[in-house]
Amino acid sequence: MLKITNLDSEFMRFGPVSFEVGPKEIIGIQGDSGSGKSILLKALADMIVHEGDIYLNNELQEDISPDQWRKNVALLPAEVLFWNRKVGDDLKTTDNDTLSELGFDPSTVMNKNTIDLSSGEKQRIGLLRLLENRPKILLLDEPSANLDEDNKKTMENIILKYIEKEKAGIVWVGHDIKQLERVSLKIFEIKGNTFKEKK
Amino acid sequence: MVYLSYTDLVFASLFLVAAGILSFFLKLNTEKALAVAASRMVIQLLLLGLILKTIFTFVNIWVFFLMAGVMVFAAGFEILSRQKYRFKGIETFLIGTGTMGMITFTISFITLFFIITKKPWYTPQYAIPLLGMMLGNTMNGISIGLDRLSGTIVDQKRVIEARLMLGETAAQAVTGIRKDSIKSGMIPLINSMSAAGLVTLPGMMTGQILAGAPPVEAVKYQILIMFLIAACSALGTICAVTFASKRFFDSRDRLRLERLK
Repeated sequence: MLKITNLDSEFMRFGPVSFEVGPKEIIGIQGDSGSGKSILLKALADMIVHEGDIYLNNELQEDISPDQWRKNVALLPAEVLFWNRKVGDDLKTTDNDTLSELGFDPSTVMNKNTIDLSSGEKQRIGLLRLLENRPKILLLDEPSANLDEDNKKTMENIILKYIEKEKAGIVWVGHDIKQLERVSLKIFEIKGNTFKEKK
Repeated sequence: MVYLSYTDLVFASLFLVAAGILSFFLKLNTEKALAVAASRMVIQLLLLGLILKTIFTFVNIWVFFLMAGVMVFAAGFEILSRQKYRFKGIETFLIGTGTMGMITFTISFITLFFIITKKPWYTPQYAIPLLGMMLGNTMNGISIGLDRLSGTIVDQKRVIEARLMLGETAAQAVTGIRKDSIKSGMIPLINSMSAAGLVTLPGMMTGQILAGAPPVEAVKYQILIMFLIAACSALGTICAVTFASKRFFDSRDRLRLERLK
């Protein structure tokens, strides 16, 4: 589904990088902070200048308009930002069950000011906002970094349910090795200037 | 007419010196810019006073273009020097000066040719002050608009990128900032039009009336000038800010702040 061949960038110390993500597959990426994990995700979302070819369902990145590409290959950054005033301005199609599952009261959450959200709430609302675009590939940058164990688990469930339902794939960057090993089909490790599959 | 002595001017400058001293003690770092701008104003106006009468005797199209060119370039450099951030190379200068020059020239020419109808249209006594008033106001609008645009884009880098990641186009992601910047560039003119005659007595009109011109004629001139400078400044700000906002992104809608110095 997402095929990456010889991806390289002046912002990455490692590379060139090649790997594939299939439907319902999760590829884990692990590395110390500052190793360039987030840069890799930004290149996949076409947010920074890079070399090499990236295909989505055999279509080359350059042949898809940038906004369509980013709707389909969607990046959830480590720190989620809001610019609309109310949560309801950001969430249009998310159903009540998903909201309650993630610990929100569907009757009040839409009227909440985004500025009053806690960092954990921002992370969860940010994920829901991203999923409304129905992306085929999710690029997750430490999606549960600000969450407690319970919320980490529910967030994980929502993500797993989503790729099951939409046959989507994930590139998951994480610090939590246990979680990464639990969900990923393969894990790549960034060490210095190398990018290698971890056996 | 009440004649002013140079001592009168020195006395009047003391108020500005007081503002400079206040700025110094509050560490606002504006005293130097104030001093430079005030000195420039004095020297430039004194020189202009000396040569203005001579300039007005040259009724020659090439002399007109030479003077107009000098004015446009000077205004272009003023725009550039008011920018906290600018593109590498001469791009900011080209965007500011190009849009300003094109719009003020076009509007001035149409006005001189079809409304003022003094022959020839480049008669400097009419053409130079008209062009000068339009340039001065357009320069203000563009320099405020561009400075606000680049400043906000740098501040809001992460929000802009977050919007792009959600599938907005570059134009959509920057549209709010672009609108705010254009608006802030137009505020000085909206203020001066709204207050005209009620708070402010526009200098040109007052001067004409004091010099003995019929008030209604002077008012008509002032209204004409207000329309023209407002149009020029608004069009210039809209075009310059819109062009510049596109240059922050590449063909793949990536925010390219490294294009700034």
